[in-house]
Amino acid sequence: MLTKRIIPCLDVRNKKVTKGVKFQNNIDLGDPVEMAVAYSDGGCDELVFYDITASAERRPIDIEMVREVARAVRIPFAVGGGIETLDDMYRALLAGAEKVSVNSLAVTNPAIIAEGAKVFGSQCIVLGMDPVRTDGAAFPSGYEVTIRGFRERTGLDALEWAKRAEELGVGEIVVNSVDADGTRDGFELNLTSMISTAVRIPVVASGGAGTPQHLVDVFNQGRADAAIIASMIHTGEYTIAQIKAELAAAGVPVRKKW
Amino acid sequence: MRVIQFYPFLNSYPRRWVGRVRPVQRPPLPNPRFSGSIEYVIAIIDYNAGNLTSVRLALEAIGAACEVTSDPSRILAAERVIFPGVGAAAEAMRNLRERQLLEPLRSVVSNGTPFLGICLGTQVIFESTEEDGGVPCVGLVPGTVKRFTPSDPMCKIPQMGWNTVEQRVAHPLFEGIEDGSEFYFVHSYYPAPSDASYILGETDYADLRFASVVGKGSLFATQFHPERSGRIGLKLLDNFSRWDGKC
Repeated sequence: MLTKRIIPCLDVRNKKVTKGVKFQNNIDLGDPVEMAVAYSDGGCDELVFYDITASAERRPIDIEMVREVARAVRIPFAVGGGIETLDDMYRALLAGAEKVSVNSLAVTNPAIIAEGAKVFGSQCIVLGMDPVRTDGAAFPSGYEVTIRGFRERTGLDALEWAKRAEELGVGEIVVNSVDADGTRDGFELNLTSMISTAVRIPVVASGGAGTPQHLVDVFNQGRADAAIIASMIHTGEYTIAQIKAELAAAGVPVRKKW
Repeated sequence: MRVIQFYPFLNSYPRRWVGRVRPVQRPPLPNPRFSGSIEYVIAIIDYNAGNLTSVRLALEAIGAACEVTSDPSRILAAERVIFPGVGAAAEAMRNLRERQLLEPLRSVVSNGTPFLGICLGTQVIFESTEEDGGVPCVGLVPGTVKRFTPSDPMCKIPQMGWNTVEQRVAHPLFEGIEDGSEFYFVHSYYPAPSDASYILGETDYADLRFASVVGKGSLFATQFHPERSGRIGLKLLDNFSRWDGKC
């Protein structure tokens, strides 16, 4: 049986892993390669790295870091941040990333994800989206897509954008709720299940994980195929093995041997 | 751009090296098991079907010497061959034809060279695939490759993630790997061999049980990615790097 994936998210700034709440007040946590190895040995199923300052500093993603991570871990990992062109995608994949995640770029230039999927294969292209709750009548799903780390609204309805991205050829969608990000109060279950039931590609829930029960909920009620966690393991409060044991006890299929 | 290195003891170098790039002394191969006369052990076939970096890095991690190549003579000279690949089948077949790799592929399999197919590499060694409206393939394994058609719309296509592999036979490449271990899969089509004796391992997905490992003799082919499957996948690659091609 296909297992549900647990994906630690490593936000990287100045070559250090960092964590903030709702994209603010970041604190440094450690070296990305060392943390990748620790989580991979600890039993995570995949990893995701966001070079969170690349876009703002108008530079491409830190390829040297991608290369070092690829040398150090034997599980799939995605990278995002500072991916602006097909060439950036190519260099990240060639450095050893399994997938590249595009977020703001996909909104401003949707053709690039279609092209990326055609050239490198759908499985390499992940759409990241940061939807925020809204009650505007223009958004039937109740969520609007934001970009550039919640700094800009796009006017796109989250559900429509997810369906559009599937048509464009992305292989997976990461739904990162702006309202839940870093709060550790649980995932935005409505949002995740709404998008996951509307598309045929895997959906990764992100934002709000605080306890193993939150993960049980996002897999059962939220219908997610994978979930991103950050604070709950970065703080050392839980280990991946503990989380997986609780998921298995609740009947969620997880990878047990690593 | 060639970088001309600066040597502090330039005068102690032979005249012919002065002003040039210093000739690189190749270190001996890191694999102590290798003692043959050819230059490398494992050929990773490059036919422009996806990214081979992770395969190369995984082999480097176990200290197996390898080379990414599309040169038929290098492939034929290799002690072992890995045939990886991700992407579309029609394009993969076109690339194999253009690079004249079909014959070398058939030769290495028929002469008993240990051969490992991975993902798309596994699919295109079947007789045909349903992908791209039906494509005739290399034909090293009897049977076809079919698309997943799950009845449940929540069963996502592609299958992406870790799934268990039930071992159907005791095989040297499964040595030290527990039955029912999980491996990393990414695919929308699955291998369906017509001869059940080719089935070495099976996996459940989309209302069916498919052959996630197929093989016979010196041929071993997985639908999953051992190079992305953590320590267990690495163990399979390590077994392959020592395998003599016999079962």
